[in-house]
This record gives sequence, C-alpha cells and structure tokens, in this order.
Amino acid sequence: MSQISTMAGVTPAPTGAAVEPRGPRPKPFFTPRKIIIYSILVMFSLYYLFPLYVMFTTSLKTMPEIRFGNIFSLPTAPSFDAWVKAWTSACTGLTCEGLAPGFWNSVKITIPSTIISIFIAAVNGYALINWRFKGSEIFFAILIFGSFIPYQVFLYPLVMITREMGIFGSLQAVIIVHTVFGMPILTLLFRNYFASLPQELFKAARVDGAGFWRIFFEIMLPMSLPIFVVALILQVTGIWNDFLFGVVFAGTQNYPMTVQLNNIVNSAQGTPEYNVNMAATVLTGLVPLAVYFVSGKWFVRGVAAGAVKG
Amino acid sequence: MADTALPLEAGAKVNRPSLLKRIILHNLPAKIAALPMMVTVLVVFVGCTLWTIYYSFTNSKLLPTGKFVGIEQYERLFATSRWNVSVTNLITYGVLSLIFTLVVGFILAVLIDQKIRFESAFRTIMLYPFALSFIVTGLVWQWIINPTLGLQGTMRNLGWENFTFDWIANPRMVLYALLIAGLWQGTGFCMVLMLAGLRGVDEEIWKAARIDGIPTWRTYVSIVVPMMRGVMVTAVVIIGSGIVRLYDLVVALTNGGPGISSEVPAKYVYNYMFSGGNIGQGLAAATMMLLSVIIILIPWAYLEFGGKGRRT
Repeated sequence: MSQISTMAGVTPAPTGAAVEPRGPRPKPFFTPRKIIIYSILVMFSLYYLFPLYVMFTTSLKTMPEIRFGNIFSLPTAPSFDAWVKAWTSACTGLTCEGLAPGFWNSVKITIPSTIISIFIAAVNGYALINWRFKGSEIFFAILIFGSFIPYQVFLYPLVMITREMGIFGSLQAVIIVHTVFGMPILTLLFRNYFASLPQELFKAARVDGAGFWRIFFEIMLPMSLPIFVVALILQVTGIWNDFLFGVVFAGTQNYPMTVQLNNIVNSAQGTPEYNVNMAATVLTGLVPLAVYFVSGKWFVRGVAAGAVKG
Repeated sequence: MADTALPLEAGAKVNRPSLLKRIILHNLPAKIAALPMMVTVLVVFVGCTLWTIYYSFTNSKLLPTGKFVGIEQYERLFATSRWNVSVTNLITYGVLSLIFTLVVGFILAVLIDQKIRFESAFRTIMLYPFALSFIVTGLVWQWIINPTLGLQGTMRNLGWENFTFDWIANPRMVLYALLIAGLWQGTGFCMVLMLAGLRGVDEEIWKAARIDGIPTWRTYVSIVVPMMRGVMVTAVVIIGSGIVRLYDLVVALTNGGPGISSEVPAKYVYNYMFSGGNIGQGLAAATMMLLSVIIILIPWAYLEFGGKGRRT
C-alpha cells in the first residue's frame, strides 16, 4: 500500500502508454500467500485472546447464567458484583476479606523489592565495568550461573537463614529474597549497559578526581534512564507475579495477591463461584497487564534484553 | 577495567605492598559497594547450594540435624512412585514444551516477519500472556477446560453431545492440559526472541539466496536457522531452565491431580520440605533438580564460552 502512495506522490498520475511505470509492481493485497499468512496469524491470535475474553465475560456474569453453560456468550446483564465480592469478601481459606489485603501486600512487597534490587544491581554493574578488582569477574560468573539453578535448591537454607535473622514470615524476608534472585539478571543488564557507554566520560571524571559514588550518581545514573525503565518493567511484573517466594517466606498475614488468589480458587469450600474466581483472576492480572500495555515496546525490549544478551 | 587497574598494579610491582593490602585496599569503595553481590554469591549461590547437597545425605526429618546416611535418601527417592511419576511428567512435558515452543515461536516469527500489516497488533496479542503470572494462567485455563461448564459443557449444550475435552480430569491427558496453558503463556516470548534473530540476519543473504533461485523455505531451513544459532541456544537455555522450575502452573491448574498424575519435581521438593516434614528427602530431590540443570547447562557453557573471548 505504501508503495502505491509513494508512486502517486512521485508521478502525479499522467496516464498514458508513453510513461513507463516506475518502482516495484504494486501487489494485489489478497494474494493466496497473504491469505494463508493472515489466517494462520488470526487463528493463533484467537488462541491467545480467548482466555482473556473468557476471563472478562465470566467475571461479569451471574452464577445462574454461568450454570446455563455457554462459555462463549457475552453476559446478558453485565454486573460488577463478582468483582466487588472478589475484592472485599471472597474467602481465602481462613478469612473472608477478599483480595484487597493481598493486593496491598503485593504492593508492599513489590515497591521496596524493585527499588532495592535495581539499586544494588546498578551499583554492581557499575563496579563490574569501571572498578574491576581481583575476582570481580568470578563473582559475576557465579552469579549468572546461579540464576539457572532451580530455586528449590536454595529454599530450605534460606528459610533457616531468615529464621536466624528473625525475619522469617515477614515482608523483609520476601524483599530480601526477591533482591537476591533479581540480582543476576539485573546485574547483567546494567553491566552490559554500562559497558556500552563511552569510557572516556568515566576516565575524564576520574582525572578530575571524582570518586566511586560521585561518578555513579552524577555521571552514570543520569545516562542510564533507558536501562532503568527496562529493569523496572522486568522487576515489577516479575515480583508481582511471584508465587513461590511469597508462599514460603511472607507468612500467612503477608501473603501476596497471587497466593491469595490461588487460595480463593483452589481451597475454597462449598460451591465454587466461577464469576468471583474469574474476577479475582482478572484483578490479579491487571497490574502486570497495565505495565505491559503502557510500556509497549519497552516491555519487549526488557524481555529481549534480559534474554538475548545472556 | 585496564584503565583503572593497570597503573596501580604496575606501581605495585615496583613498590610491592603486602599481598593482603593489595587484595583489600585496591578499589576499596568498589568492593564495599559490591558487598551485597559478594555476600549473595558466597552465601546464597555457593553456600546454600553446598548446604543443600550436604544435607541431602543425612536423614533429617523435621529439622536439618540428622546424621550422615550416604545415598539412602536417593535410594528412597527413586523407590518412591510419586517422584518417578514427577520425573517422567517433567521429561514428557519438557520435551513437548521445548519442541512446541521453539517451533511455534519460530513459525510465528517468520509469519510476522513477512512485512505484514498490523504487525505490532499481532505482536502485542501474542506476547501479553507472558506478562501474566503462572497462577493467573493456570486458573484461567482451569476454568476453560472445566468439564461441566467450560468448553466441553458449552459444546455439549450447543448440540455436540459427544464432544469431549476433559483433559484436566483425565490422568492420561492432564499433562497436555498443562502444555496448552504453558504454551499459551510462553510462546509469545519465544516468538519475540526469534523475531529479533530473524531481523538480525543480513538482508544481503536474502538477496543472494533469491538470485540463486533458492526457495524461501529452503533459505530458512539451510541458511537462516543455522545463522540464528546464538538466539536458538539462548532460547533453549531459557525455556529449559523455566521448564525445570515448573511449579506455579501445576499448583494453579491441577495441583498435581488427578491423583498424582501431574506431579512435578519442584512440587515434590516443596511438599516434602514444608508439609511432609521430611527435609532430607526434599533436599535430595532438590539436588537431583540441580543435577539436571547442570546437565543442561554444561553443553551450553561449553558452546558459549568454549571458544574463549568470542562473546562476552
């Protein structure tokens, strides 16, 4: 299509046999090849979108409507009652306070974990590139290798360590664990980013007598906004979506939203209320979805940066 | 690195201070700043791993205080049908998940790379599940494949009386239910990786192949895929280490059921450590998981870092 418009722009439509058409031959839009490509893509898109559709429509239905048994149908009289119930009064096993406490726990876990882990990783990356010392590369290599080890290997010793520190079953414990396990990927991100910055800046500041922290705060940080955004997206979605660390380290009263959600759906007694379950699921998914849709191509960059350079 | 470290070390050769002083004082602020990293590496990644391996050889029950019993825990582990089912499940799921994720991810990336319209819309749709947690993924699919009110019930109500989609309640099919949910969540990510790889292939290669009259599919299979080796290896390592960790999805979707037919090793470890009260057994299982990851990682590390200095 774009080819046609540029052609029209170049030659203001003098139709005649004398004028040779320029540029590539405009292709018809509906070639068989195109039709196959688009139909496959659309089929896959339906597979990806169907759960989202089901989640939303089910959460807006009433239980009688759900029992009628058509998962495809739109709600006849959409109502947010299930959402209200999921948020305020759904039962999570022991208590019936809905997801709201879990939401706030997740907020209390995600914000400090994100800030602390990103700060530590930024300093690590900076030290690894600009202030190497004997053994720094070995530490880094172990860190990266460690990121592939299943978390189950560390769980019990970490329970013991946090218990010794007297913080097992508290928000601090989860925050520390998130900081520890966010470190490999974030350090890698920052290390690669700082390596790509011109070293002359660092050298000039050194010659001028600036020290470790001064260079970090006044030169490196202002230049690393893009990588901070990437790290932020990575950490907020990652920590919000965590289940294992929350369930092991947070303690019952601090369970994050994912754990509460799973309790609402999987350990509830009595007849399951599917509309409430789906409303709770949507609510838990909203934060990462919002991050995803707001951040757009930054999200892609984040996941790709985390992966491709590894 | 060299810029800051070399002058000092050159000076050190002339006026050699004690070794201890050099180790501690050189770049001291950097060392202090990197302290959290060093503590993490030494205490968590090295210390905890060794601790787990050591205590997997003890008969610890409720507390990790047991005495050394050699490989007894491992013998029991492999005599427990629940563990063997877990391992078989993980292998089946892992192989299928790896193959399908790579193939679907690659095909989608190729299709999206055909200069199509609405590219970013398709990409957005395919990647959004990756932003969601496994818990959300598992619960949505649990509802969709709910035999009475989900897809099966709907189709039967619409007139297909014999329509059957009861994988979640069927011990022989439940793994495929996990697979559908897992692929839904993860293929978009693989697609993004592959697309980055495809876009990294030089346009000249395509021109040359076209001039030589090589069919498109042949160009992909024989030229482009081999050129994407780096991305492929990365994708395999990331998908692979994610598969070994498979836990949340199982907890949310099936909780190991029906019976023990969808148990996985990570869940076995958790149950023995935190609800079974048999720490030694849980640690032995965790050590086996570690071993399996090492088996995946060593060939990769060899490929990636074997030719030293080629890539950092």
